[in-house]
Amino acid sequence: MRRVVVTGTGVVSALGIGYDAHIAALRAGRSGIGPIELIDTDGLTIGIAAEAKAYTGADHFSRNELTLRDRVTQMALTAAKEAVGRAGIVFDEALGPRTATVIGTSMGGQHTQDDNYRLIYRDGKPRVHPFTVPKLMANAPASWISMEHGLKGPAWTVSTACASSNHAIGQAFHMIRSGMVDAAVTGGAESGLTYGVLKAWEGLRVMSKDTCRPFSKTRSGMVQGEGAAILVLEEMESAQARGADILGEIVGFGMTADANDIVQPSLDGAARAMRAALADAGMTTGGEIAYINAHGTATAANDRIECAAIREVFGDHADRLLVSSTKSMHGHCIGAAGALEMAATLSTLTSGVVPPTVNFEEADPDCDLDVVPNEAREADVPYALSNSFAFGGLNAVLVVRRPEA
Amino acid sequence: MSDDIRQQVRVIVAEQAMIDVEQVSPDSTMEDLGLDSLGLVEIVFAIEEQFGVSVPYNANEPNSDEFDISTVSAVEDGVIKLVAEKV
Repeated sequence: MRRVVVTGTGVVSALGIGYDAHIAALRAGRSGIGPIELIDTDGLTIGIAAEAKAYTGADHFSRNELTLRDRVTQMALTAAKEAVGRAGIVFDEALGPRTATVIGTSMGGQHTQDDNYRLIYRDGKPRVHPFTVPKLMANAPASWISMEHGLKGPAWTVSTACASSNHAIGQAFHMIRSGMVDAAVTGGAESGLTYGVLKAWEGLRVMSKDTCRPFSKTRSGMVQGEGAAILVLEEMESAQARGADILGEIVGFGMTADANDIVQPSLDGAARAMRAALADAGMTTGGEIAYINAHGTATAANDRIECAAIREVFGDHADRLLVSSTKSMHGHCIGAAGALEMAATLSTLTSGVVPPTVNFEEADPDCDLDVVPNEAREADVPYALSNSFAFGGLNAVLVVRRPEA
Repeated sequence: MSDDIRQQVRVIVAEQAMIDVEQVSPDSTMEDLGLDSLGLVEIVFAIEEQFGVSVPYNANEPNSDEFDISTVSAVEDGVIKLVAEKV
C-alpha cells in the first residue's frame, strides 16, 4: 500500500500569519482570543473571537484580485502559497493533473454574503455586487487554489461543519494511498466572523462571553475563530525521491455518523470514529498514540463526551495520553478547525513539544485526562491523533506518525 | 401584571413541551416536561421575543445564578425581574 506524507504546511490564524507563527504561539500558550475588531459589534451579546487580526487581504492581493476573493478565499490562498512554497513542490504538466485539491469550509464566503444581503435587506438597495455569487460560493477557496497552482486533478469542497477539514484531509490521504492521485493540496478555511453568523451562534446559547476554557470545570462555552491551514500531501516514495522535507506521515483516517441528534454529540459515534482511524492505521489498541489534539470546544456537552470516548477507546492507556485543545488559543475555526489542529499535531511529532490547553482553571471530574493545562509539555510523540466531531453528528479522526529518520 | 407574565411564560413552556398549559405546574422542571437543551433554547428565544428582553442564559452553565431555569416558577420569577428592569 502506498504511504502518504505531509511535505508542506501553511497557516493563517489568530496566532499569526504563517505556520511558524502559529506553532510558536501554541508552544508559548498564547491565546489569540480578544475583542472583535473586524466588524461593528453593536447589538451583539458576544464581543470576543479569535480573529486573524494580523491578516489584511490588501497585504496579499491587488485591488482587482480582492474584487473576486472573499476573505475566506484570501486566507486559503495565502496558506496554500506558503504550504506549496515550503514543500518546494512543482506542479508541472505531469504532476498537476495527478494532484487533488480538497478543501474544507463550513460556510464559504460569509463576508460577501453578509455585506451584500445587508445592502438589499436593510439598506433597500436594488442590487448586490455583480461578483457576489463567485465570491460566496463554498467551493471558491478550492477553485482558486486549483487555479493558482495548476492543480488539474479532482477538486472539491467538503462541508461538514466543524469536521470539514478532517474529512477533507482524510479523503485526500485515501486518494493518494489508493493511487487515484499522487499528491494533494488539502486543509480548510473559514472566515465567518460576521454579524449574521455571530447572531446565529448567539442564538444557540453555547458561546462564551469571556474566553475558551476546554476541559475546565469553569468552562463557559465556545469562542468562534477564523483562519486557514493548508497541507501538501505526497506519495512517500516520490517525496523521498525529490528530497522533500517530510513533516509527518498520515497513517489512519476514520469517519462515522452518530445518527442520533443534530447538535448533541454521542459517545458511541466519537469512539467508533477513533477506533476506525486506529484500525485504518493498522493499530489494534492505540497504545502507540502519545498525543491527542482534542476537538475540545469547551462546551459541556463536547468535553465530557469526548473524554469519556477517549477513555472507552484507549482504556488504561488513556492515563498515559496527553490530550490538549488548541481551540483555547486559535478559537473554534469551524471548517478550518481540523486543519489548524493538524498543523499543531504535526509539530509535536518532530519537535517533541505538545501544545497546552490554556485558560485552564479547575479540573472537571468528568474530564479526568491529562489535558496539558496552561503550559506546553515536552514529550516523545511517535504517533498522534486529531479529533473533529461536527454538529449533525459527523465525526472524522486522523492518525499521524513521526517521519522515519 | 406579574400573574399575567407567569401565565404567558407557562403558555410558552406548554407550547414547547407540546402539552396543555394546565399541565404546567410551577414546580415542574424542564426535564419533567420532557424538554431537552434545544427546547430550552427555543423557550428562551420565545421569551425574548414576547417580552422584548434579553435572557442571560448559557447552555454551558445551566446552573449559573444569572438566570435560574431549575423550575417553571424560577423561570417566571426571572422573566418578571427582567421585565421590571426593562422599564
